[in-house]
Amino acid sequence: MQLTGAEIVVRCLQEEGIEHVFGYPGGAVLFIYDELFKQDKVKHILVRHEQGALHAADGYARSTHKVGVALVTSGPGVTNAVTGIATAYTDSIPLVVITGQVPTYAIGEDAFQECDTVGITRPCVKHNFLVRNVEDIASTIKKAFYIASTGRPGPVVVDIPKDVTAAKAEFSYPAAVSMRSYNPVVKGHPGQIKKAIQLLATAKRPMIYTGGGVILGDASAELTQLVKTLGFPCTNTLMGLGGYPATDKQFVGMLGMHGTYEANLAMQNCDVLFAIGARFDDRVIGNPKHFFDPKRTIIHIDVDPSSISKRVKVDVPIVGNVRDVLKEFNKQLDAVKTRMDAPALKSWWAQIEEWRGRDCLKYDRASAIIKPQYVVQKLYEITKGEAIVTSDVGQHQMWAAQFYKFNKPRRWINSGGLGTMGFGLPAAMGAQMANPKATVACVTGEASIQMCIQELSTCKQYKLPIKLVNLNNRYMGMVRQWQEFFHGNRYAESYMDALPDFVKLAEAYGHVGMRIEKPADVEPALKEAFARKKDLVFMDFLTDQTENVYPMVPGGKGLSEMILV
Amino acid sequence: MRHIVSVLLENEAGALSRVAGLFSARGYNIESLTVAPTEDATLSRMTIVTSGSDEVLEQITKQLNKLIDVVKVVDLSEGEHIERELMLVKLRAVGKDREEMKRMSDIFRGRIIDVTDKDYTVELTGTCSKLDAFLKAIDSSAILETVRTGASGIGRGDRVLKV
Repeated sequence: MQLTGAEIVVRCLQEEGIEHVFGYPGGAVLFIYDELFKQDKVKHILVRHEQGALHAADGYARSTHKVGVALVTSGPGVTNAVTGIATAYTDSIPLVVITGQVPTYAIGEDAFQECDTVGITRPCVKHNFLVRNVEDIASTIKKAFYIASTGRPGPVVVDIPKDVTAAKAEFSYPAAVSMRSYNPVVKGHPGQIKKAIQLLATAKRPMIYTGGGVILGDASAELTQLVKTLGFPCTNTLMGLGGYPATDKQFVGMLGMHGTYEANLAMQNCDVLFAIGARFDDRVIGNPKHFFDPKRTIIHIDVDPSSISKRVKVDVPIVGNVRDVLKEFNKQLDAVKTRMDAPALKSWWAQIEEWRGRDCLKYDRASAIIKPQYVVQKLYEITKGEAIVTSDVGQHQMWAAQFYKFNKPRRWINSGGLGTMGFGLPAAMGAQMANPKATVACVTGEASIQMCIQELSTCKQYKLPIKLVNLNNRYMGMVRQWQEFFHGNRYAESYMDALPDFVKLAEAYGHVGMRIEKPADVEPALKEAFARKKDLVFMDFLTDQTENVYPMVPGGKGLSEMILV
Repeated sequence: MRHIVSVLLENEAGALSRVAGLFSARGYNIESLTVAPTEDATLSRMTIVTSGSDEVLEQITKQLNKLIDVVKVVDLSEGEHIERELMLVKLRAVGKDREEMKRMSDIFRGRIIDVTDKDYTVELTGTCSKLDAFLKAIDSSAILETVRTGASGIGRGDRVLKV
């Protein structure tokens, strides 16, 4: 039977088992929306801005290991979505983004709501397609899901002109894809793994450093087993939190620009570094020149060969899916019963414990003004560490990362690579949609939240009981902190005058708003908010305006050059 | 160091812009880039002349391989290879220059493919440096126009780049 292109699009989504699509209608996608209307397998979530659709699909993907799907119209629909696409691209999140396009005969004529979607999105997608023939829709969407979810994941854009969605073709969804130009490596080279194990056995001061690859590759159980077997210290990047249980004593905290003293010093002083699904980002290792001194031997597992030896020269590269590679590691370690250097390890741990004793995350617990760290700590306690926590970007993001202890993967959802303000609320919507029973909190700030505040309306429509923890210091806190440290206290445009009354704002959207001004009220307020299982609660915490995130490695400095409190 | 990178890629709309975009986005050099379909019309072959340290070249080949449309990448400079570039050059050929230009063209094994009473158009193939040498050998005021294809490269002997 012949189906229209629009019917084919929806059938493809059904065949992929997609339950939720986040989107916003418009002229070029009207036929697709018409088909969505006629069925109920794929549920459409109407956002209030296309950026919200992308972040929601992204939060959905991050919290589940499914591919997130967004649907937007041509022109401004696409350009609004670009921030969300780039956010997902930088953090390697699998998305399929279906975009409407003007009819094929109008392409290139500066038609109404036309933009060169393939051209605009090309640098921030894993791949993109313009579908010119209705016969190609099904195979293209199949490829899009395959590309998005395999290898190093990422967003894939499928641009479909309006006339193609109206034209008719036979529908059959391909069972499998094979592409001669795309064959991601899965298994690691056993010889390299053997070499790596021999190297680990010689280590006097070993360090395990893991990133988002462990989360995306669902390798946290394998990682935990490996770290336990080896007895080495383990640190996670901002993207890798939850990959290894944060409450375990072998965990030395997050590393990087706002990493712990012990994690950064262990990283800088180790002799054998085992990097797993991490990419030696500038926010993680600081200045590479400083990082090379003293030199250390590096083993690096990554699914993307181009991540290996990009910023830092690696001695033992292992290309493969983190989970498959770690399984092989665990197998070989069990088989050969390799002995690690126990005496050396003992004195290395003694050194690390000394660093840990510095208590680098301490803050004034007796403060009369609410300390943001205290709010996150209480959030952690009250949610028993079981919440899915999304965040926006800035100081609050760092405090959430430092003070909420993530023991499981896919519970910490933030825009680590691109650093997109406005990410937190829509990402929380996606996470809540995907995990209806989970407690979802969004740790945000008064600046970030305003970048996608309109999504409070979406939360009302779909009854999403997200808990917003607004750490309101009236400043773009991280900008203010840099201005304090590096720009002579000249707070250029980082203070926001005329903030809205967030309590009234939440109420205007039909939610519950709370303002918390005193430290003593923090815990009761959080308890009350989380007891309201069915309501979205916007908690506006008036926090210390002058608080800074410590430790801090200033930009361009080395990991051991931290500013400490 | 100068490298010649050969790329086999799907002959799809936009494939060229993916490669060009990659080079500009990551700040890699392109000295020249040529592309045309192969005997298999679904595949294009591209030759990119670039330069950079070994680390940069490693990244270039890895990043090229990462593009979904790219099927194979070879750095021809890593082994024995042949490169050729075609140049068309229009030379002023009046008075005593007329004989001189003909002679220079012969020395470089060029062919005069268009003649008017004022100029010659010479076709010349060779390595990039041979074409440079020819231009250097001619009085620059006699050069009216040049157009070059950029280098194409192929491995020697049984070094074959094929799917």
